[in-house]
Amino acid sequence: MLRRLALAVVFVLTTLPAAFAVQPDEILSDPELEARARVLSAQMRCLVCQNQSIDDSDAPLAKDLRVLIRERLVQGESNAQVVDYLVSRYGEFVLLKPRFNSRTLLLWGGPFAILLIGSLVIFLRRRKGSGLAVPEQALSADEQARLDDILKSKE
Amino acid sequence: MIPEIGQFALILAFVTAIYQFSVPMYGAWRGDGRLMAVAPAAALLQFGLIALSFACLTMSYIASDFSVQNVFQNSHSDKPLIYKISGVWGNHEGSMLLWVMVLALFGSAVAAFGGNLPPSLKARVIAVQGSISIAFLSFILLTSNPFNRLDPAPIEGQGLNPILQDPALAIHPPLLYCGYVGLSIAFSFAVAALIEGKVDAAWARWVRPWTLAAWMCLTAGIMLGSWWAYYELGWGGWWFWDPVENASFMPWLIATALLHSAIVVEKRNALKVWTILLAILAFSLSLVGTFLVRSGVLTSVHAFAVDPARGVYVLGILCVFIGGALALYAWRAPTIKTGGLFAPISREGALVVNNLLLTAACAAVFIGTLYPLVLESITGDKISVGPPYFNLTFGPLILPLLLLVPIGPLMSWKRADMWAAAQRLWAAALIAIVVGVAAMAWQWRGPWLAPFGAALGAWLIAASVQEMVARTKFTSVPFNVAWARLKGLPGAAWGMMIAHAGVGVMVIGVVGITAWKQEIVTVMKPGDVMQVGSRSVTFLGESPISGPNYSADRGRFSISSGGVEVSEIWSEKRVFKPSNQPTTEVGIEPFIDGDLYVVLGDRAPDNARTIRFYFHPLVWMIWLGTALMFLGGCCSLFDRRYRVGAPKKAKTPIIQPAE
Repeated sequence: MLRRLALAVVFVLTTLPAAFAVQPDEILSDPELEARARVLSAQMRCLVCQNQSIDDSDAPLAKDLRVLIRERLVQGESNAQVVDYLVSRYGEFVLLKPRFNSRTLLLWGGPFAILLIGSLVIFLRRRKGSGLAVPEQALSADEQARLDDILKSKE
Repeated sequence: MIPEIGQFALILAFVTAIYQFSVPMYGAWRGDGRLMAVAPAAALLQFGLIALSFACLTMSYIASDFSVQNVFQNSHSDKPLIYKISGVWGNHEGSMLLWVMVLALFGSAVAAFGGNLPPSLKARVIAVQGSISIAFLSFILLTSNPFNRLDPAPIEGQGLNPILQDPALAIHPPLLYCGYVGLSIAFSFAVAALIEGKVDAAWARWVRPWTLAAWMCLTAGIMLGSWWAYYELGWGGWWFWDPVENASFMPWLIATALLHSAIVVEKRNALKVWTILLAILAFSLSLVGTFLVRSGVLTSVHAFAVDPARGVYVLGILCVFIGGALALYAWRAPTIKTGGLFAPISREGALVVNNLLLTAACAAVFIGTLYPLVLESITGDKISVGPPYFNLTFGPLILPLLLLVPIGPLMSWKRADMWAAAQRLWAAALIAIVVGVAAMAWQWRGPWLAPFGAALGAWLIAASVQEMVARTKFTSVPFNVAWARLKGLPGAAWGMMIAHAGVGVMVIGVVGITAWKQEIVTVMKPGDVMQVGSRSVTFLGESPISGPNYSADRGRFSISSGGVEVSEIWSEKRVFKPSNQPTTEVGIEPFIDGDLYVVLGDRAPDNARTIRFYFHPLVWMIWLGTALMFLGGCCSLFDRRYRVGAPKKAKTPIIQPAE
């Protein structure tokens, strides 16, 4: 299986055909179901492509998955049920939007933690800075003399 | 013979780089003026040698010398001349050669134009630049030699990947590299300043134009790549959060932050330590980007093992430079005196917020790009991180920044009244609300975020215009006075207003293509008509075509609006000769309200074709917006005070009405 997957990856990488995604015969007649199918397929990774959703990919596997999603939706499953089914079959790897759990804690929380830590550092430095409150160093006698010179020449 | 000259020049360049690094660095340490003075000559010589080497490789490509392995693997005698030339950097070895050539170009630019730099700073900057050259020249010579020969020489080459045979993609890599590598100057200045232990307004004034130039190249390079993806990949996506895209976007975000924080160093002598860190980070992310793209570690973990030497080597370079610079930073940064205190609500404070949000946004891209890799190597779990992740993390971090962009420039230095600044923008706010409401009325079915995005774009544009009006007092003084003031505005002020307006224009374009895109997939026979938005498109039929190195089926379409034919477009399915690789050329007709985008699909029974129609509203605003950002950079770059040479006094005093 892995070997075949690797071969497929190599094949896709070397040919990189233009993406053709959804074919006319796949489209559901019910526009509401079709819209849900599109939303779902945009969140599923095409397993044999390089960073494409199954909605964008024209690989045969992507087509199979698109048809599968539509079949399940027609059978009346909810979006969550369809996603669960795909994950049970292909693993978390199929999700372009990883689920929030202990392993993805840093992934989802990281950027906002950095924002928070950054704000905190700035806030603390400010408080420390205002405590010292020495605005600018006083001018040396030399500099004061030059400043006086400049001011005088302006007058 | 020519490839050997190239190879030899490359080796000489490597030796020169060692000289360029060691002698001036030692001279600066000892305070020996004669040793420091060799730096410019060494930098110019190094550039000359690499340029010679690059020219040799280019000549081998133009002459289709297939005895050179690199030419054999990436070229074909039937290819049009422009793609023979662009083929030079359309592969790993050649693109690394271009990388070091741009690096040496920037180094020699400092050598040639850095006349007003203090000698020790100049020597150190050029020396650090030389050390980067050493690393990458040795990488090329040891692991990726473009001049390897084949014996016997093959009769014909294997050809360049057809989807890379495209004008935009021919100049995309050189621009991107100018951006990536241009940031090395900021890095070298930062490292040199850390060694000197001195950062002041003059330092910021020298660093800023280089960063700006690099930022502009990066902006243009990313835009070209995005544009190429839009018309070449066949479904009108313009940004995919692909790891390779992210690799160029991360340095862009940090360079943007650096541009803004360098203003504070220059004007207020504050945020110095932070600016140094940003300069180091910007180039570090360029190196990370180079590593990610060049090692192949991202496409799959296994690709890394295909050529471990290259990946490990670049990783080594990465560790030495990033680790070394950060260690130097940790050691020396505390000795740099901070100056210029400011209240939280002030122009400085606003720029700190700008930096914080840009850095956090960059962190989101960084984490999202590398997380799957790290998680897999630690736990073995395979996960995917795709566009939905970036929309949910990058989006909330960048939106507040965009909202605050117009307010920042209105705040005064040191201490400001935010409410007063915001009040001055009432007209822009009003326009934004009107646009938002209009968007909601026009496309009430679309996502709720879309009218908000349109309002945000309008807010950015209107505020920039309002800022210009306010600065020139167009509404309160006679026209000729206002005109004189307009002409007298510094380039940097123009640059800021144009670039900020450009961001607004781009935001509206992004909203258009993301939220209001229309898509129709259908099967058509010649003569069939399809309604796409307000226009109808007729499939006229298809005919075979033969190009210089491909054959194609061309489907022709006629577009009419209100019963009148407005134009005819075509879309092709091409098969390229050497590889039999199929590609698709889409047909795009730009209208003022958006692009009509037609893609010829597969054959269907009965002489019919699967055809895809898209309508991408306002997509041109994405390209216009980025072009405006670039233009803003130009204006700022040509500001008088960044001209080469020490800041001089104006010969005649500029007469201006009192503020």
